[in-house]
Amino acid sequence: MNAADRLRDIDKRRQGFLNSMSDRWHRLSFGWRLAVILAGVVFVYSLPWLGRYPIGGHNYLVPGLYNLRTDTTPEGSNFPYVLFFCSIYVLIAVGLNVVVGLAGLLDLGYVGFFAIGAYSVALFGAPTSPVVGMLRNQFGLPQGWAVAWAACIPIAIALTMISGVILGWPTLRLRGDYLAIVTLGFGEIIRIVARNSSFTNANRGIFGVPPPPGTSGGEPLFNPGDPIPWYFLAISVTIIFILAVRVLERSRVGRAWLAIREDEDAAEITGVPSFRFKLWAFAIGAALGGASGMLFASRLGFIEPNNFQLNFSILFVSMVVIGGSGNMVGVAVGAILLTYLPERFRPFADWRPFAFGVALVVVMILRPQGLIPSSRRSRELEDRAKEAPANV
Amino acid sequence: MSDRAKILEVDHVTLRFGGVVALDDVSFDLYEGEILGLIGPNGAGKTTAFNVMTGVYKPTSGQVRFLGTRVTGRKPYEINRMGIARTFQNIRLFPEMTALENVMVGTDSRHKTSVVGALFRIYRVRAKPEELPQVTSTNSLGRAWQQLKRGLAQVFGISRHTLEERAGHAKAMELLRFVGIADRAHEVARNLPYGYQRRLEIARGLGTEPKLLCLDEPAAGFNPAEKEQLLKLIQRIRDKGHTVLLIEHDMRLVMGVTDRVVVLEFGRKIADGTPVEVSSDPRVIAAYLGEPTDAVA
Repeated sequence: MNAADRLRDIDKRRQGFLNSMSDRWHRLSFGWRLAVILAGVVFVYSLPWLGRYPIGGHNYLVPGLYNLRTDTTPEGSNFPYVLFFCSIYVLIAVGLNVVVGLAGLLDLGYVGFFAIGAYSVALFGAPTSPVVGMLRNQFGLPQGWAVAWAACIPIAIALTMISGVILGWPTLRLRGDYLAIVTLGFGEIIRIVARNSSFTNANRGIFGVPPPPGTSGGEPLFNPGDPIPWYFLAISVTIIFILAVRVLERSRVGRAWLAIREDEDAAEITGVPSFRFKLWAFAIGAALGGASGMLFASRLGFIEPNNFQLNFSILFVSMVVIGGSGNMVGVAVGAILLTYLPERFRPFADWRPFAFGVALVVVMILRPQGLIPSSRRSRELEDRAKEAPANV
Repeated sequence: MSDRAKILEVDHVTLRFGGVVALDDVSFDLYEGEILGLIGPNGAGKTTAFNVMTGVYKPTSGQVRFLGTRVTGRKPYEINRMGIARTFQNIRLFPEMTALENVMVGTDSRHKTSVVGALFRIYRVRAKPEELPQVTSTNSLGRAWQQLKRGLAQVFGISRHTLEERAGHAKAMELLRFVGIADRAHEVARNLPYGYQRRLEIARGLGTEPKLLCLDEPAAGFNPAEKEQLLKLIQRIRDKGHTVLLIEHDMRLVMGVTDRVVVLEFGRKIADGTPVEVSSDPRVIAAYLGEPTDAVA
């Protein structure tokens, strides 16, 4: 039995397990379902305490969970800090999955939307930003005025969606490789514009990006030193967006996206306005990327153009591809792995690009459909395996 | 035939690809409720004519009118909304979607829910009693939840999206039964046997509620028994009130089912009439049925 066979066997068992689980789930009574859902939510929100265990002012690691530690700080674990990044990258992967996995449009410039989201909150929310300064002068507003953080949310989402439409309008007439190249250019254009424009402070970046409001015991709730509120915020936003995408995926919109991915001409002739739905996929994907970028900028408090290098786009696509394009659970796992592992193995940080490259190649050889493929994909691969000997 | 309303008019259509004339001044009409056969030897321009009618190609000159409106220059999905559906010579389903989902893509085309509507479900309609969520659970907590949902639906109505999903599902199942492949509704299209795939494509086309259904060699690769079944299916489609345009190689099938036949050769129309008239036309016999040297043209 070679590796590919063994993987296929595991896949079959996984599928069988999932099917039996879903049967069991549907047989559960309402109370049990509610309990399971609540337990899941509690688990997700208690994750920050799994990697460390505060007793008497010291952080101890739960012995069995010692290996969950991350090597971010010299003292050892900073697990909740990494969890925050895991959740914003899950948000990104889910957004990119709408574009790449569902609608089948290869977008290599996704970091552009991430950057636009981050810059929206920085430019409108930070008192030192040139845009806020201009608004103050224009309307005679008091010193120190800036747009409130909460008001930056709709601004960020609107701006990213608009930029998604602006990018998509001319380019979605292209297909396949051509689209990939144009989007690749888009990601770079955003970064270079940010680096060269005075309204983004060019290379100096923007300081004082506002955190979300709220205080606890006189201290700001969202301060840079305490990662747990940040994680709660990020995971909540991520869950809300995941539920929204799930609703869309299971509606006519999801069917239209899949149809476009499968055969655009046939979809069009079956009455799917493919251009409109592709544009929506771009806009929705962009909104998720923008929301993620906004959280990122608020967390760091300072952004500069170099935060949005091309290799982030590659990283995001890797998350989707390694995790399992088209499957939300898969891409989330991909995002978590590709965020957590580099933090866990900090001492080997210089080898990161190399490790990603190897991981991509290995996944492409052994599992072209990703680690956790959508059930459609694994069914398809099963069929091919079945048909292969017959065709010889 | 002329007492019926014209549904499609192909009006002096010429299509050139560079120096090649694919269609040369082709004109014919389709009347409501008929089955028209479009035949001709390989390369005669049958599929090209189809592609012009469904908006894939723009004719160099001339136009196609559907119920008096120009088809020429519209996008394929707009043409579909006008009421034209088609199948492909080489089957083009959505291979990784189930049979049911394939047909539901078709039924979706008649639905009004937008992306925003599917997400937020703001548009609500008053629910009929049978549309309300049923209270079926035997356990008290479950009953309470279902009663809450029922109560909310009574007060706020049901979202149009939900109703359309349900209607689309029901209609898609009905169509799968109509073409006879409902037993494998939940299987992905690529796993279906060849004959099922062909019929699934017809069901998907019917899902868009077309006035005119264009079938591009639906019997290709079928054995005589399957062809017989298909023939009956085509007649049933017509009886449901759809007009059918049929491209076919198999003369027997064409003669058996069509009301009228249009014959193309080298992009030109050479005959137009009832199957009996056409099959006795010397030009048709020469071009299509005739000597073996011409038959391979």
